[in-house]
Amino acid sequence: MDLEQLEKSALKIRKMIIKAIGNIGIGHIGGSLSIVEVLTALYYECMNVDPENPRLADRDRLVLSKGHAGPALYAVLAERGFFPAEMLESLNQGGTKLPSHCDRRLTPGIDMSTGSLGQGLSAAVGIALGCRMNDYDNYTYAVIGDGESEEGQIWEAAMAAAHYSLDRLIAFTDYNKMNIDGYTRDIMNLDDLGAKWSAFNWHVQRIDGHNIELIVEAVERAKKTVGRPSMIILDTIKGKGALFAEGKLASHNMAFSPEDRDAAIATLTEQEKSYV
Amino acid sequence: MSDKNMRDTYCAALMDLAKDNKDIVVLDADLAGADGVVAFAKAYPEQFINTGVAEANMIGIASGLSSVGKIPFASTFACFASRRVYDQFFISSNYAGLNVNITGTDPGISTQYNGGTHMTFEDIGIMRNTPDLIIYEPCDIVSLNALVRQAAAAPACTYMRLHRKDTNRIYKDEESFKLGKGKVLRDGSDLTIIATGFVLVPEALKAAELLEAKGINAAVIDMHTIKPLDEELVLEYAKKTNKILTCENHQAATGMGSAVAKFLAENHPVKVKVHGIQGEFGEVGKLDYLKERFGFTAEAIAGMAEVL
Repeated sequence: MDLEQLEKSALKIRKMIIKAIGNIGIGHIGGSLSIVEVLTALYYECMNVDPENPRLADRDRLVLSKGHAGPALYAVLAERGFFPAEMLESLNQGGTKLPSHCDRRLTPGIDMSTGSLGQGLSAAVGIALGCRMNDYDNYTYAVIGDGESEEGQIWEAAMAAAHYSLDRLIAFTDYNKMNIDGYTRDIMNLDDLGAKWSAFNWHVQRIDGHNIELIVEAVERAKKTVGRPSMIILDTIKGKGALFAEGKLASHNMAFSPEDRDAAIATLTEQEKSYV
Repeated sequence: MSDKNMRDTYCAALMDLAKDNKDIVVLDADLAGADGVVAFAKAYPEQFINTGVAEANMIGIASGLSSVGKIPFASTFACFASRRVYDQFFISSNYAGLNVNITGTDPGISTQYNGGTHMTFEDIGIMRNTPDLIIYEPCDIVSLNALVRQAAAAPACTYMRLHRKDTNRIYKDEESFKLGKGKVLRDGSDLTIIATGFVLVPEALKAAELLEAKGINAAVIDMHTIKPLDEELVLEYAKKTNKILTCENHQAATGMGSAVAKFLAENHPVKVKVHGIQGEFGEVGKLDYLKERFGFTAEAIAGMAEVL
């Protein structure tokens, strides 16, 4: 798919997320909107997955370790055809297959259950190890949060991935600089985040996390990296693309009105018009 | 089978499974020697993962392995295998619907010289809260060898309590076992002693002999699987003997005995005594000292049976 189409898809996915969360009036809007571009790049361009066969043994896999951003992944999976888009309307409703945090038992295309922060990267290490044992020619992806990186288990997994030379493990940090209680630099400063991952023997890149072209290029470089796992730090904006949430500390798990929802969707619809 | 100690029996069973199954993976957090899996690591280096001293990560990795079809067995001391990794095991393994097998070694007083910090009297209680999880505690090498193979094939996560160092034989080689089905070791009519594990099953059998000399006819059941509880067998013997004495190397409030007591209270109330640790922390000492200290001797058990 060409870049313009990818960017247009990202706008559509943003609208789907805002609509789905807006349908119930509250949800993890901030951290969902900050990872739209990386999920778009992965599921439209980088990953080998088949919506018709979501459990193919040697497929690429994604662990969304910041599991509260499930709504973003659901929108991407729906748009890619893993399940009907109408299912998004059931987000967080009783009996839904789309709970706020990712659940591999419930949702087609979800590779790992997550939601207790810090655990997903370890699972991704296990997946990458298992796939290597099986001689699969595939990649394992993981998306972790910046606040999540305050969990000690992330660094246990970081050590293990490098120790076992998992060069088919490609992880992203959604570096939106915001925790729940405040700015990350005030709650628990992560700087220099890139130096930390380098010190753990990872190949590290840092890019604009809202630039799909840069993300695709970074993944290509990561795939060419031999002997080390890859960390791609994404500089992102929490709540990106929704006027009521963008750059706002309160956007982690935010209530918003139908008017806010409609205004945000209208703005994105205007932006879509600049694409053919 | 030869009289290997418990941990070597565990390792031999895993090696035997791995012979025909490349999906068997053994995980270790820097206790391979202590937990007896060094021979596996040497024989199957491609199916062995040492995570270093990082138990939470070990369980996360085991979960990821399971999600791609591997059959992981992760071992560490029972304290770390339960208290330390409970959230990882709960969410990444059990909630995720995967098949991760944890082996918690030296539960309760069998930790001996490692003392109170390592003396895990609460792991059954912690683990019993987890839906679908299978919890078992073999009392000898024959049952261990059989049950660990069934755990590998079980469509759920498992947690095993494994006494490491000693050899114990309750069963003959040809004995058959089924996870979830207790074994009647001795029939009786006056009361039933339901015991679990390496420490208490042999003492319960000895206690039955002491009781016999006093004219009390005690049945003894090895309840090797704590969850799911063999309710059918508990009900049969509650009806048959009207008195139940449970014995375990664990807190009485939350272990096997409390599961038995809950079941009987709801289905067939009879007199029940739940023998275990009565709300104390553990302490350092040799096994014989600790058995005396916590009443895990045939004499103590027989005394409780007499007054039940």
